[in-house]
Amino acid sequence: MTLQSRATAELAAYLEQQGDLGLLRFITCGSVDDGKSTLIGRLLYDSKMIFEDQLAQLEADSRRIGTTGGQIDLALLVDGLQAEREQGITIDVAYRFFATNRRKFVVADTPGHEQYTRNMATGASTAQLAVILVDARKGVLTQTRRHSMIVGLLGIRHVVLAVNKMDLVEYSQARFEEIAAEFAEFAKQVGIPNVQPIPMSALTGDNVLQQSRNMPWYDGPTLLSHLETVDVTSDDTAKPFRMPVQWVNRPNQDFRGYAGTVVGGKVRPGDRIVVLPSMRQSSVQRIVTFDGDLDEAVAGDAVTLTLADEIDIAAGDVIALADQPAEVSDQFAAHLLWMGTEPMLPGRQYLLRIGAVTVPAEVTELKYKINVNTLEHLAGKALDLNELAFCNLALDHAVAFDPYEQNRDMGGFILIDRFTNATVGAGMIAFGLRRATNLAWHKLDVDKEARAKLKGQSPCVLWFTGFSGSGKSTIANLVEKKLHALGRHTYVLDGDNVRHGLNKDLGFTEADRVENIRRIGEVAKLFVDAGMITITAFISPFRAERRMARELMGEGEFIEVFIDTPLEECEKRDPKGLYKKARAGKLANFTGIDSAYEPPETPELVIRTQEISAEDAAEKVVAMLRERGYI
Amino acid sequence: MLAHLKQLEAESIHIIREVAAQFSNPVMLYSIGKDSSVMLHLARKAFYPAPPPFPLMHIDTTWKFREMIAFRDRMAREAGMQLIAYTNPEGLARGINPFDHGSALYTDIMKTQALKQALDAYGFDVAFGGARRDEEASRAKERVFSFRTRAHRWDPRNQRPELWRVYNGRVAKGESVRAFPLSNWTELDIWQYIHAQDIPVVPLYFSAPRPVVQRDGQWIMVDDDRLPLQPGEVPQMRKVRFRTLGCYPLTAAVDSEAEDLAGIITEMMVSRTSERHGRLIDKDQAGSMEKKKQEGYF
Repeated sequence: MTLQSRATAELAAYLEQQGDLGLLRFITCGSVDDGKSTLIGRLLYDSKMIFEDQLAQLEADSRRIGTTGGQIDLALLVDGLQAEREQGITIDVAYRFFATNRRKFVVADTPGHEQYTRNMATGASTAQLAVILVDARKGVLTQTRRHSMIVGLLGIRHVVLAVNKMDLVEYSQARFEEIAAEFAEFAKQVGIPNVQPIPMSALTGDNVLQQSRNMPWYDGPTLLSHLETVDVTSDDTAKPFRMPVQWVNRPNQDFRGYAGTVVGGKVRPGDRIVVLPSMRQSSVQRIVTFDGDLDEAVAGDAVTLTLADEIDIAAGDVIALADQPAEVSDQFAAHLLWMGTEPMLPGRQYLLRIGAVTVPAEVTELKYKINVNTLEHLAGKALDLNELAFCNLALDHAVAFDPYEQNRDMGGFILIDRFTNATVGAGMIAFGLRRATNLAWHKLDVDKEARAKLKGQSPCVLWFTGFSGSGKSTIANLVEKKLHALGRHTYVLDGDNVRHGLNKDLGFTEADRVENIRRIGEVAKLFVDAGMITITAFISPFRAERRMARELMGEGEFIEVFIDTPLEECEKRDPKGLYKKARAGKLANFTGIDSAYEPPETPELVIRTQEISAEDAAEKVVAMLRERGYI
Repeated sequence: MLAHLKQLEAESIHIIREVAAQFSNPVMLYSIGKDSSVMLHLARKAFYPAPPPFPLMHIDTTWKFREMIAFRDRMAREAGMQLIAYTNPEGLARGINPFDHGSALYTDIMKTQALKQALDAYGFDVAFGGARRDEEASRAKERVFSFRTRAHRWDPRNQRPELWRVYNGRVAKGESVRAFPLSNWTELDIWQYIHAQDIPVVPLYFSAPRPVVQRDGQWIMVDDDRLPLQPGEVPQMRKVRFRTLGCYPLTAAVDSEAEDLAGIITEMMVSRTSERHGRLIDKDQAGSMEKKKQEGYF
């Protein structure tokens, strides 16, 4: 036999054996120093996935920065970033790959430290199984509970409780059983149905690949044999058919295809489908792929569908089976894990991305926070980094979804900060809120246009923003006087006045400030709807809220006026003595002192009060209204 | 096709479509190697029957093996895609090369700087790359959508969380994303897929008698007369192949009998060295890939 034909024969045998290899994605998590990286290093090392050159590098690194006294430090294989190697901790998810004769594995090694919980959620979101490490000496810790909570929340149904460092507790059966029992109790509460506890030592290799001779009392599987054989099939193909449309494919007049990944169920040509949220129906004509048309596409397949009818479908829509459609709503209740460094504030607008669609959204109500150690419900007005809560959300328009429990891809969403574009939240939909459909907007016969016409003006809101003492109320008052003299219909919403009534329940925390501005925005919108030229005089320190107010109004109805007076000048004027109080520590969360002011980036008008008088400033505002045709 | 390859294929197609849908001006970096070949193949699948809605771009250091350039032009033509070949004009004018200037400077000028220049010049807001997480420790931690600042820097300590199949492609003007659809493939997966799909690859991957000289224990191919021979070096013919294709003086060949795909895959099953072993630039200093990536190297 020649060398080449021998290779061909060997390969054929090999491929046959590989044919039924499944792919198992799992994560490892646990507290700092529980030995996660060492465990993965051990799996890679013992399953012979370390190449000679990597081994040589590892030996050199172990001598230089290892923590195992010159012995090979397996953790260095996994801790890839230089900062991690030097600090001996894992700060981001590392993905590793290995295979045995029975399965292929993708391991996400996730960080243990609390400040990297969001990175752990990243790893957990695509995993089918979690290996949660516990140091046998320390038992179940706060971190263990937090991680278990996230594992349960993200819908991982299978957990291995790896009780590590058994060599340091003299391979004690009693200690192992104590930890296993404690964990089982917690796992039940966080919705993890399948737990396999295994006593092991990643450092020595006991019960990782080889059955431990030091623990003859343990007759369960080793870690690797469990990973090789555990049944994690979730049977996504048995679910109702769902496909979010990523891309409308129109190479020419004759072809119109909808490309996407099937995230649930299966579909065949001829199946009756419905497009969500538009509710238009059609049937599947072809399932197109590069390798030829298919008779059937199932969950996990990336395909292109053509339909029997020419209906309007845009990227972001969901194609579902007509008699088992997904829910459609613009409001739902969800668990929300906060991953942003700035707190989440109800009422602040974010972008929500679910499936293939992005929509503006806000948390309308933070129902309760969840203490991840005790699972206790706590009241709260804001959500900080790594905190978890149950919330109601409202979207700019309706989207299709399923509860997360039923379908991860149809019920999982992220929130994006509108200014930094960072991913700041991960949400899992619990259920839709029917309110959206029950509370229709009552249509009135006399509309905004009719009201405005009668008054002979174009309604708008003049949104004054600036520091306390910058001159907002003074100028607003003068502007209204001038407009009134011209016979225009106006109304001024002033900060102090509104806080005496409508907003008297609100304080000055960041969360309350957001709610304050949200209400002002809504009230201003009603005044504009009534046909009034509305003037608001509020510090309104945050860009996000001003943008929210802007987006409530119609095109051209929002005029941002920046009363640009430097802080030093405002403090010098201090008309109400507030700066003095704030400086003395008697007034918390005071803008400019211990709370930020974000100046507008592109205001319609800037008034520099150090350069012109209040009278001239008011005249400038009125002139602008005239120029732009509002009056 | 093997079950896990089907899974990986679908995942990559999903990512490629996501990029096309979320960005306004994508480009696919094409390095002519086996990973690029697979990535290009997947892009064609993602948009079939249309051609992929973005151009290919090759950062040409002028030190690629001659065979590679001919192959590149043919593949772009077959895919019906525009090909942009970009060379750092300043580097070219100054004659930057790996022999006189050292691999670190050469790589910085002709690859890293060239790439940044090209991305800026064309205003691409996203660039596909064929990197895999199994290649190197810092890549193992990189996101599929990997955010870059206006200066093309990667901040490994502050990556966006990336959950499920939901990708956040939002960037401000001037910022960009490097997208890695092959993140979860291994070297063996790549070869098995090439085998299963009959994807053309540069013949340099297959073993053949080639003129080489031995340097620092590795075989360097004498591709043309630009390789200055050191005293006492006489090129000899050896049966070698390349596991990875970089620039020719910086990529070493390995002794091999694998003349076809079946040979490569069986050889890999018993291999005891990693593929980047033949890449000389990774070893300049500890953490060297991470450092290069922070500075904008792919």
